[in-house]
Formats: sequence, C-alpha cells, structure tokens
Amino acid sequence: MPELMQFLLSGLTVGAVYALVALGFTIIYNASDVVNFAQGEFVMLGGMITVFAFDAGLPLPLAAVIAIVVTAAIGVALNRLAIGPARGAPVVSLIIITIGASIFIRGVTQLVFDKQLHRFPAFTGDEPIEILAATILPQSLWVIAGAVVVFVGLWLFFTRTLTGKAVLATSDNRLAAQLVGINTNWVMTLSFALSAAIGALAGVLVTPITLTSYDLGIALALKGFAAAMLGGMGNPKGALVGGILLGLFEALTAGFISSQYKDAVAFIVILAVLFAMPQGLFGRNSVNRV
Amino acid sequence: MMRLTTKQITLLVLALLIAATPFFFPSAYYFRVGSLLFVNGVAVVGIVILTGFAGQISLGHAGFAGIGAYASALAPVHLGLHPAFAAVLGAALSALIAYVVGRPILRLKGYYLAVASLGFGILVSMVLSNEAWLTGGPDGIAVADLGLRQALGALGLKLSAPEFWYFFCGLCLLVGAWLALNLFDSPTGRALRALHGSEIAASTVGVDVPRLKLQAFVISAVYASASGSLLALQNKFITPDVAGYMHSIEMVTMAVLGGAGSVLGAILGAGILTLLPQVLTVFAEYEQVMLGLVMMLVMIFLREGLLPSLLRQFTGRGA
Repeated sequence: MPELMQFLLSGLTVGAVYALVALGFTIIYNASDVVNFAQGEFVMLGGMITVFAFDAGLPLPLAAVIAIVVTAAIGVALNRLAIGPARGAPVVSLIIITIGASIFIRGVTQLVFDKQLHRFPAFTGDEPIEILAATILPQSLWVIAGAVVVFVGLWLFFTRTLTGKAVLATSDNRLAAQLVGINTNWVMTLSFALSAAIGALAGVLVTPITLTSYDLGIALALKGFAAAMLGGMGNPKGALVGGILLGLFEALTAGFISSQYKDAVAFIVILAVLFAMPQGLFGRNSVNRV
Repeated sequence: MMRLTTKQITLLVLALLIAATPFFFPSAYYFRVGSLLFVNGVAVVGIVILTGFAGQISLGHAGFAGIGAYASALAPVHLGLHPAFAAVLGAALSALIAYVVGRPILRLKGYYLAVASLGFGILVSMVLSNEAWLTGGPDGIAVADLGLRQALGALGLKLSAPEFWYFFCGLCLLVGAWLALNLFDSPTGRALRALHGSEIAASTVGVDVPRLKLQAFVISAVYASASGSLLALQNKFITPDVAGYMHSIEMVTMAVLGGAGSVLGAILGAGILTLLPQVLTVFAEYEQVMLGLVMMLVMIFLREGLLPSLLRQFTGRGA
C-alpha cells in the first residue's frame, strides 16, 4: 500500500502544522480563557515577514528570526491593546474582538506587502526522500521536527521552570496566583508572545511547502481550533495528538473519498467530538458550581 | 403626554426612516444601497432574537441565508414553483435544518457553540460551491424574477427596480422587526430573556431551556433564510459567498456593533456596516483594516453596542 503510506506522510506533515497552531491556541486559552481567532494570522505573518525579509537580501535564518520576533511583538500588542482592555467581557464580545483583530492584521498585511502567493526555498533542498515506497520532502521533516521540538520545549518549560509553573498557576486561578505574588500581567504578555512565536515558527517551516499569502490565516485558525478541541481544549498533549490526527484524517479523506471535501473533515470532527465527547480526548471533566 | 413603548418607538422610527430618506436620495444607486441595508437588517433582527434575547451565539447563520437564496434560485427551475413560494420553501427548509442541527448544537455553550455553528455554516457553503451540477458552483446561478414589480405596474403603481426593492425590502424589515418585538414582549420572549440571564435559574422556575433555545435558533434561521431569498431575488443572481464565513461574521458583527439587545440598535449596526464599504470605496484597500478596527474598538469601549451605550450617555439609563 504505497498510496496509504504516501497519504499518511502528507497527513503527518499537515498535522504537525495544525498541532503547532493548536499549541498556540492552548497557551493563550490557558492563560486568559480567550479563544484567539487571530491565531492563524500569526502563522501567516511568520511566512510573509520571512518572505519579504529574505527577498530584501537577508540570509534565511536571520529573516526567520526577525519574522518570529516581530510576530511575537504583534501577539503582545494584541493582548495589551485589544484583549486586555476587554477583560471580563462576554464571550461574544471576545470572539468579535479576536476576529476583528484577524481581519485587521490581514488588511494591514495586504497593504504593507501584497496579495500574491509567496514562497522561499526549502531549508535543505527539494530532493524527495524515499520511505517505504513513499516519498517525503526534506522540508516536511523540518515541520514534523519543529512540532516535536516545540512540544518537548513547552513540556519542559511548564513542568521544570518556575516561570512555566507561574503560567500554569495563573491559568488555574488568576486571583490565587496574584495572591502568592505572581505578576499575572507579565504571565499574560509571556503567553501571547510565546503563542505568537510558535505560530510564526509554523509559518516559517511550512511556507516552502504550502506557500503563503495574506489570507491563509482564517482556515488555519479553524483547523487549529478543531485540533485543539479534538485533543481537549487547554491540554498541550491533546493539541499535539489532535493536530496530527486531524492532519491524517484530512489526508486520508482527500486520498480515498474526495479532495473537494477535504476541508470539511475538520468541521465534521469538531461536530462529532462535541456531541460524542465534549471534553475531547485528553480533556478533564469540569463541574460548574452554581 | 402619552408614553410610547420601546416597540412603538422602534417601529415608528423605522417606518419614518424608510419612508422619508428617499426624498434625500440624489440617485437610484442610493435605493440599491438602502435595499441592501434592509436585507442585512432582516438577517440581523434574527440574530437579535438568538443572541440578544436568548444569549446564544451562531457564527453559521450565513448557511441559512445560503439555503434561502439557493431555494429561491433552484425551486422555480426544478420544481416549477413561483419564486415567492420558493422563498417560503427555503424558509421552511431552513427551519427544518435548524431544528435538526440545533438540537445537538445548542447543548454547547460559548466558544464551543460558536465553532460548531461556524462549522455548520462552512459545510453549507462548501456544498454550494462543490455541487456544481446543481448549484452552478463558485460562479453562481441566475435567479428567476419575482414578478411582483410587473404586477404592481399593471395596477398603475410604476416603480423602477431599485425603488421597488427599496420599499419591498423595507416593508419586509418592518414586518420582521414587528414580529421580533412582539416576541420580545410575549411569554416566550420573557422566558428567552430569563434563560439569557441564567439557564439554571430559568429552569428552576419551569422554563424548558433546551426547547426555547431551539425555538430561538429556528426563528432566527428563518430570518436569515428570508434575507438570503431577498438578496437572491433582488440581484437575480447568487453565488456561494452568501453562505460564506465572512457573511456569518458580518451578521453577528452588525448585531453586536449596534447593540444585540435592541432591534433598532442592531439595524443601526447593519446600516453602519452596509454603508461603510460604500463610503470607503475610494479607500477600498483600507476596507478590511477599517472593519477590523471598528469591530475591536466598539467591543472594547462600547460593550453593549452603539445604540444602548449612546442612549445611556444621553438619558443616564439603559434603553
């Protein structure tokens, strides 16, 4: 079954991107209880800024670092200027604010850059590698490795460092965290910076394969959200597993059923998960007190 | 002096605006913009019932607009129905689908409900784009003429097409607003507002929460469907964009921008977001930037929406 193997490999690549977006969602959701619909724009910014820095003559690694730093700064600004001031607002308002932010970022990108599709060269060439009668691009390996490294890095950060534990404490109970002396505003800044940086990294890694343009953020945000939900909202392990599963479902649907309805998979997954197991694969059951 | 109720004030203001503004229109183009405003207004009044009254979110109502629009396009061709009945069929179909989809979806809350409904809307627009053998695909499809304008012409009331659609859509909006305001004051409306405040409190006093949420969802789907049908019949042409993600977002933004809790406020929101791109045609490049900025600023600084916040400023109390 070389076909099946091929679909699994491409699914794994796409899934790794979804996992990175889902991890970004998870970090912001944990820190602030906000689902950031502008998450996909971070991926888009990562790709676009790298493209234009690279075209301006900078070496690719430097261009990528600039893109990640600038996107992280935009993430911080998003928190400071739009989400922070609306703290305590109803969910509808927060949804509209983050969607507004995503439309705004898209609009500015289209003004500053342009509306074309862009790419830059793959990191280590375009020569496909053969695995079990199927092939994979070297850049796909970069994407998958990126997702694994980010996941392990986050895991170490949250379990082994004092700062990481402060973030977890804030997500658990903001007031209690403040009472034990955690600067929750700083935690919020850090979370948005981290989340935006991870999104930008995903953009940098995947652009040589999928190309980038100003309007690709929304679809990615929705897929990432589906992945996060599948794994269980707020759980990093769930984000990783959910992302990869979603990527595999999509690739298999495109291969065996219909490539037209490939994008429907994410939403069917969302609906199925919500009805069958609303907590997702790794989510905790929550009990609401009245 | 006789005190007017909110309902009477809303209907009076609306009727006056619809009847009086044409006197200031320098060209037929303004009738066209006005009728688009009313079409959006109809959908937004539906969002007021769902979000403003019952407190539920939907980011997929464009899906129902799509069903209404394509029913108006397809039923006359394939079933031989008159376009008016096709629109009614679309509304019935939307209600049925809303009933089936709403039962499981409305168990969800907040972000989950938002994304589930968003998923539904995107599935509808995907089907409309992909099943080209039926819908004409992304290029769109022609819609038969409603025939009402010719009938009026035969009776001696001669209107140009933009004029006819301006007044017809205005009338539809007025009826839609009247029905919504009646609902607001009815026992059902009170129950909806109760479950908006607290589902648990509402259920302890005997409100059947799941049934009422479903009712609000179905009613608002019918509004969205009617809005889609009006758009299709007016343009005599429709593309799958009517069911697209951005259209759903626009509906909710219009409602929340003007004030989702008030029918008049939501229609004001529809007005602003319909006129904004027309005013900004010179700055077409900046349209997205402006839209995003308006969405963020209003939600941060005027959380209840423009109209309720402004009224509070002037009168020192809520509307």
